[in-house]
Amino acid sequence: MAMTLTEKILARAAGKRVVGPGDNVWVEVDILLTHDVCGPGTIGVFQREFGNMAKVWDPSKVVIIPDHYIFTADEKAHRNVDTLRDFAQYQKLAYFYDPGTPTYKGVCHVALPQTGHVRPGEVIFGTDSHTCTHGALGAFATGIGNTDAGFIMGAGKLLIKVPKTMRFTVNGTVPPYLMGKDIILKIIGDIGFDGASYCAMEFNGTAIRQLSIEERMTICNMAIEAGAKNGIIEPDEKTFEYVKAHTNKPFEAVYGDADAPVDSERTYDASTLEPCVAEPHVPSNYALARERNDVKLDRSYIGSCTGGKITDFLAAARILKGHKVAIPTFLVPATVEVAEDIIKSEIDGKSLIEIFAEAGCEDIAPPSCAACLGGPEDTFGRTSGTETVISTTNRNFPGRMGSKQSRIYLASPLTAAASAIRGRITDPREFM
Amino acid sequence: MKTIQGTVYVVRDDIDTDQIIPAQYLNLVPTIPEEYAKLGSYALCGLPDGYPPFVKPGASTADYPILIAGRNFGCGSSREHAPVCLGAAGVKAVVAESYARIFFRNCVSTGELYPFETPIRLCEVFKTGDRAEIDVGGAHLTNCTTGKTYSIKELGAVAPVVEAGGIFAYARKSGIIK
Repeated sequence: MAMTLTEKILARAAGKRVVGPGDNVWVEVDILLTHDVCGPGTIGVFQREFGNMAKVWDPSKVVIIPDHYIFTADEKAHRNVDTLRDFAQYQKLAYFYDPGTPTYKGVCHVALPQTGHVRPGEVIFGTDSHTCTHGALGAFATGIGNTDAGFIMGAGKLLIKVPKTMRFTVNGTVPPYLMGKDIILKIIGDIGFDGASYCAMEFNGTAIRQLSIEERMTICNMAIEAGAKNGIIEPDEKTFEYVKAHTNKPFEAVYGDADAPVDSERTYDASTLEPCVAEPHVPSNYALARERNDVKLDRSYIGSCTGGKITDFLAAARILKGHKVAIPTFLVPATVEVAEDIIKSEIDGKSLIEIFAEAGCEDIAPPSCAACLGGPEDTFGRTSGTETVISTTNRNFPGRMGSKQSRIYLASPLTAAASAIRGRITDPREFM
Repeated sequence: MKTIQGTVYVVRDDIDTDQIIPAQYLNLVPTIPEEYAKLGSYALCGLPDGYPPFVKPGASTADYPILIAGRNFGCGSSREHAPVCLGAAGVKAVVAESYARIFFRNCVSTGELYPFETPIRLCEVFKTGDRAEIDVGGAHLTNCTTGKTYSIKELGAVAPVVEAGGIFAYARKSGIIK
């Protein structure tokens, strides 16, 4: 029987020849990802159920990347990282990226592929809803809670329902003013905030193929913002090049069957899409940037797993070069590698650091999740009042960046940068 | 026959996990008993202004064992702190038109509360403060204040996991783990 990409990966992980939507199957897990916010609770569940002295099922497959509350004075946040460190030592985990040491990475969803833990065809579970990011490299990846993660820690498998596949084909040429963020916000705007509940969102088409791995990650990252179980893109040469540059571990890529039935199909032409925003307070509140010029802003924020990759900072710098920002503009690289790439990268002989400094942006923050999800009160960039923010992050729920009274507009880094210059929501084409 | 009864608290559509438990409280670890209790005291404190407080100031639990919601309840983050804080606040069941996948799954896996679905838009017909009774086996919900009865959906494929008491109990029962 013909199967989609997601079904094929799950069938292989379940040791079955065929699986179909709605089947409940036990799948073998390749990678379990956790971080400082959900890791201690996961460890608590694991020890409660398997015993205090129990060992994880495979110390090379539990990857711990603290990233949420790192640069804070909050005592419990530090205690939580200590819990992870003690556990990693006791369990002899191969991959614990410890804050305050040279192994620290930053935001787990950008760090996971950068450290070579995302490989096509594999099954990844993480205690974070944006684990769906990793489908960008042709893996099945989804977010789970502490209890399921504690179960995997001991058992190495999990019972899951095979999702229906919704296919989104994006064809045409991607114009220079359009980013992955604009594509996914358009799709979420069309199908709604719960439009892909329990489903796999599969993205393909010639426009998707043109996108870099980082841009594909932006798209898959936000599958959860339509309620999807996973986002996924079939691997291609770009995928293999990226994966092989980050790991020498072998993997076996999986491809969907061309004749596999899907639950629904939508087709887009990238050349007709325009820069957009998601208005407060849900990511499906789609509006064209050029039709929201009247929205005055207090702050621009460029960072997070969705919008803090090197490609995002290059895009922002292209717009900001030679201009001054009119509002405080916060820059938070997702990972140490991104921060280093910002130092190394240049546009027309000028470093990104110089471009951002001359534009009047705030000093670049150390890599972490920072204000994307509010966090402790001393978190960098956290809102505390009635600020209106344009942000490259992925969620704009009430209180998401700290204050319940603040208003968040989600946008691409191009649009966030153009808007920073004007102090109003601005279509980046005005500066291109 | 198992029943759940008590006063209901009503919310509307797209209540996300930041509203259920704002991120600044995610430094609390649900498996540490005193932090579990603390999480309960913050349950639903992220709701927009206009909602009555779910947990009264100074209290550690809520007076509402039943939560009635619209569509897409629990959307957003995978934080298990969300079902946990509701359970810690004394909530026994949520009855919503639909759930976000991970929240629903976390309710089932933890056994913290029953996530019932209903085809009826109950958030329009119930008011916070109404008394209700859920007949779990009979799959219906009665508004004791108005006397009206509404159907709720069977739990379906997850029923065996719920009946066993969560993913660990289910896996032990079916021999997947010891």
